[in-house]
Amino acid sequence: MTGLLDDLLGGLALGAVYALVALGFVVIFKASGVLNFAHGSLLLLGGYLTAVLHDDIGFAGALAVGVLATALLAGVIDRLLLRRGDPDPHTAHVQTIVTIGVDIVLLTDLSRRIGGDLLVLGDPWGDAVTRVGPVTVADSRLAAIAVSAGAIAVVFGLFRYTRWGLSLRAAGEDLEAAALMGVRLSRVRTLAWCLAGALAALAAVFLAAFPAPGLERTTGQIALKAFPAAILGGMASPAGALAGSLLIGLTEALVAGHQSELRLLGEGFGDVVPYAVMVLVLLVRPTGLFGTKGAARV
Amino acid sequence: MPEAPPDDLPALRVEHVDVTYGRAVSALRDVSLTVPHDSVVALLGANGAGKTTLLRALSGTLRLYRGAISAGRVRYGGTVLDGRDPVAAVQAGVVQVPEGRRVFTGLTVDENLRSGGLGLSRRGSAQVAEARDRVFTLFPRLAERRRQAAGLLSGGEQQMLAIGRALMAAPRLLLLDEPSLGLAPLMVDRIAEVVREIHAQGTAVLLVEQNAGMALSLADHAHVLETGEVRLSGPAAALAGTDAVRRLYLGEEGAA
Repeated sequence: MTGLLDDLLGGLALGAVYALVALGFVVIFKASGVLNFAHGSLLLLGGYLTAVLHDDIGFAGALAVGVLATALLAGVIDRLLLRRGDPDPHTAHVQTIVTIGVDIVLLTDLSRRIGGDLLVLGDPWGDAVTRVGPVTVADSRLAAIAVSAGAIAVVFGLFRYTRWGLSLRAAGEDLEAAALMGVRLSRVRTLAWCLAGALAALAAVFLAAFPAPGLERTTGQIALKAFPAAILGGMASPAGALAGSLLIGLTEALVAGHQSELRLLGEGFGDVVPYAVMVLVLLVRPTGLFGTKGAARV
Repeated sequence: MPEAPPDDLPALRVEHVDVTYGRAVSALRDVSLTVPHDSVVALLGANGAGKTTLLRALSGTLRLYRGAISAGRVRYGGTVLDGRDPVAAVQAGVVQVPEGRRVFTGLTVDENLRSGGLGLSRRGSAQVAEARDRVFTLFPRLAERRRQAAGLLSGGEQQMLAIGRALMAAPRLLLLDEPSLGLAPLMVDRIAEVVREIHAQGTAVLLVEQNAGMALSLADHAHVLETGEVRLSGPAAALAGTDAVRRLYLGEEGAA
């Protein structure tokens, strides 16, 4: 029984961190129609900056620099590499391919810097644990859940209550109609990229924290698991991304927890699970959990 | 009667405008027309005549279609609008209601209305509430449904929402693209009433319509576009009497 609770808590922590990444995918997709394949490298950059700076300026300061620098770079990628001037809805697919190139450049450089090392981020939780009744939980996991929940609440608040959020949702539905209302599409879009970059850098901390050994050059690839989470949620739906992330986090943890019983499915099945879940969901609901073509009456 | 300064009573002036798409396809040639500050002007024409293209040229959305004004000027009062983005048009007071309503179906009625004010620089919540009250007075139906998703409204209600959303930007010139499209006759009458009401409150209207009967009954002036050029211009009543318009746009077969 405690094993199950362990798995559920672990899955929740994992899902919460995936949600930070998946929300980034969704925000970028809504604002620009682009699938950002450079997201994993942005995440790695945020983690890397936090790792190399924490000795000098402390964890909090290093994290702040990592988050801000990653947000800034995401905005620069949008403004300078993907487009010049106004968003052009006809070239979203071209821009998507450009992000693959950006990813290769970023990842190559960061891999060279990190090499085979395991970088420590200097987070305050270390390998401490908290006992809650029969269950022992790593503090880093509790922190992952708490911080992610806070960040997600802030993002949903932005969507709902700010002019930027309203602009984003309007532009995500109908770019031209939003333009006709005088929405500054270019600014809305760049801010979306910045927000996604910041969320990715934040996620890096928890992906590198205990029980993970630290930040590796492959940490960015974990972001790819948030990709099916965003897709199975409906790609343009923040709530869907949240649900998809939790679903994938929980499934992954449960499969990992019962690996011996699932030997039948082969070693390392846990790594495949996000994609298996995605395929299953899409078979039943081709538009994703929360994706619709718009419940519209004509 | 003292003459008011021109900036207080701006007119839309379209002067010899050419529009091309993709630098190759000519959509408008040498189009000129004026919408005075206190008027309703109708723009008639068949499908593909260039009516929507002209509106895009006014509202700055040509670029979304890879189009551009290749010659001529668009001015509203003292503001040059050609070559500018949609934000400039909205801030100058020129707001377009797109063809086919295009409300944000996943957003609530309230959020749709809020989105109408996004083009203006930060406004106080009192001003927003005032603008919304005006819209609700004009369309009480929207007030009843303000928390519903816009996608669940009927076609007529969506058209009202689309107009209300544009009114949230406090336009001085409203560009209406086929507001009667796909609506039942009763609803078309209601829309005509609304256009009169908006005009009475001091907003000029450029009305693009295929329903020429409705448009000509509302308008002071009218222009007929044909394959990208202005074919006919004149007072609406006079145009309604010409044989060409009666035959082509009012569907009176017998008129010879």
